[in-house]
Amino acid sequence: MDKRRIVQFLTAFIYNGNLPGFVNGRIWQGNSKQLCVPGLNCYSCPGALSACPIGSLQSFVSGVGLRFPFYVLGLLILFGLLLGRLVCGWFCPFGLIQELLYKIPTPKIHKNTLTLKLTYLKYPIGILFIIIIPLAFFAWEGVGIPAFCKFICPAGTLEAAIPLITLNADLRSSLGLLFGWKFLLMLFTILISIFIYRPFCRFICPLGAWYGIYNKLSLFGIQVDKVKCNGCNHCIKVCKMDCQEVADRECINCGECLKVCPTKAISFKKL
Amino acid sequence: MKKALWFLAIVFLVSGLYQKDYIAVLQKAAIICLECVGIG
Repeated sequence: MDKRRIVQFLTAFIYNGNLPGFVNGRIWQGNSKQLCVPGLNCYSCPGALSACPIGSLQSFVSGVGLRFPFYVLGLLILFGLLLGRLVCGWFCPFGLIQELLYKIPTPKIHKNTLTLKLTYLKYPIGILFIIIIPLAFFAWEGVGIPAFCKFICPAGTLEAAIPLITLNADLRSSLGLLFGWKFLLMLFTILISIFIYRPFCRFICPLGAWYGIYNKLSLFGIQVDKVKCNGCNHCIKVCKMDCQEVADRECINCGECLKVCPTKAISFKKL
Repeated sequence: MKKALWFLAIVFLVSGLYQKDYIAVLQKAAIICLECVGIG
């Protein structure tokens, strides 16, 4: 097992260390939930010890009170400046799940011009479901909704809904059409992850879109020594994401390109 | 640009901590999110 995979498993365990929750069906309510983790990890997962940044961000624009999310946005900018999409490649449990599904031996759909175009989908999805829809509901109904969590997030369905409804009869009896929709979306995400590398991260995830903005600015992550680079493009050929160049907005800093660079021009940034 | 973003992050974080935004985060995260589960 390589270093990145170990970090991914460790991260999933640290984010979801409330193991009794998976037995008694109760979520963690301790003070550690004041803090958002950098990766996508549903705070209603019975194991979750901290808060999901996307869910927390939406909680400020949903409900009856509307507040600017200074704290969560500050954390998100900080995570971006420190790590960029290193978060996606190393510290996101939902990314790990997709990567493991992609290991199932089947014919694969590799990156192409269509997948590259689809990478732009995550920007309008983020703006629509995290800002516009919650605010529109607030304006019309007086109550905003966390639209991304409610209508899209397959991580919530997989990490929270499945274990909670398995362990909790009251929740099971409340399931309706919305759950059916979210369950189908989760099944689709799981199924497509077997054939396409990290489809949710590449095409849908607002967190990936956000951190991608910081990839060139981040303190940690991958960099290219332009002097050493001979332009062979081995790095782009080996990359399973839709990168056009190393460390661009789609780069999750997985480090696969480091292994194939003949001139050792690619490296992880050091302080 | 980078310095401005660092400045913004710190200003937002300090403002958020001053307003005790973390309490709102805890309040949301400490109860089952019915929307996340697909009920609410």
